[in-house]
Amino acid sequence: MTLAIYLFAGLALIVSLIKSREKTISALKKAWKSFEGILPQLLSILILIGLMLAVLTPEQISSYLGKDSGWLGVIIASLIGSVTLVPGFVAFPLAAALIKNGAGYMQIAAFISTLMMVGIITLPIEIKYFDKKAAIARNAAAFVFSMAVALVMGVLM
Amino acid sequence: MSERFMTLFKRYRIFLLLLVVQLAVMLVFPQTGSKSLQLTWTNLGEMLSVLPPIFILLGLLDVWVKRETMIKYMGESSGIIGILLAFFIGSAAAGPLYAAFPVAAMLLKKGSKLSNVLIMLGAWSTTKIPLILFEASSLGPKFMLIRLGMDLIGIALIAYFIERILTKEEKEAIIKRAAEQEG
Repeated sequence: MTLAIYLFAGLALIVSLIKSREKTISALKKAWKSFEGILPQLLSILILIGLMLAVLTPEQISSYLGKDSGWLGVIIASLIGSVTLVPGFVAFPLAAALIKNGAGYMQIAAFISTLMMVGIITLPIEIKYFDKKAAIARNAAAFVFSMAVALVMGVLM
Repeated sequence: MSERFMTLFKRYRIFLLLLVVQLAVMLVFPQTGSKSLQLTWTNLGEMLSVLPPIFILLGLLDVWVKRETMIKYMGESSGIIGILLAFFIGSAAAGPLYAAFPVAAMLLKKGSKLSNVLIMLGAWSTTKIPLILFEASSLGPKFMLIRLGMDLIGIALIAYFIERILTKEEKEAIIKRAAEQEG
């Protein structure tokens, strides 16, 4: 997918260059400016995530999320999912490993869902773009929604 | 020169502080410290591999796509086309959710409806196509389908909910903010 995006961006860049050199240069300038604009926050977040994941290991996580942990487990899973930020290609194998280690589907659904939709660490960036109210409302709504996903998953799986 | 350096230092001060924390952890708990450094390094690689094309496309979009075009396809009266386009952009994207915020700002700046932008964000966070396939292979198709089905409803509900609770002034402030973010 990343490769496809690169190809697409490269192709768009070439077409743009053919159509207008000045406009393309101005586009690249804008691209750099907006990238540099969020770079300080991005770099800070990367270090925070690194530190957090170094302390929190999969074994520790699965010990709290067993099948019998019920709603307490769901809430713990959601909190962990909300504060961590891992790429999906790491998250799914991790989730599969957690289930193998005895975690319940309900708890894992809450973990996956909050992991992807709720971002406490990235909240400062989100607020920068959306203001406090919308950013906090989105995260809160996504948190509540993740509980609903866990509930349905608990009934159906 | 020194003034420029000071603004730069001010912008990066939290990062520098965290860097010091990282180094301190490394000295006191070498094992945890090197593990976190390794994780940060991997994530930095991921970030730097996904972000450049996204920002280049954003720059091109800014220069080439007219406001009227965006309003037509994703604006207030874009209807179902706007919703579908928002789902498509989010699902076809690559990269973590924080990479979606600049995209959201650009769409808003060009006149896209707020709820459509929120749908794009929602889709970006959970219904990315490669991730869905990956989810099915790691956790089983049933798990993936239940979550996907719920997500499609949830994303629309959350977008509608946020659009509803914001006042007109708050929405205007967000759009103004978006215009300022992008040089």
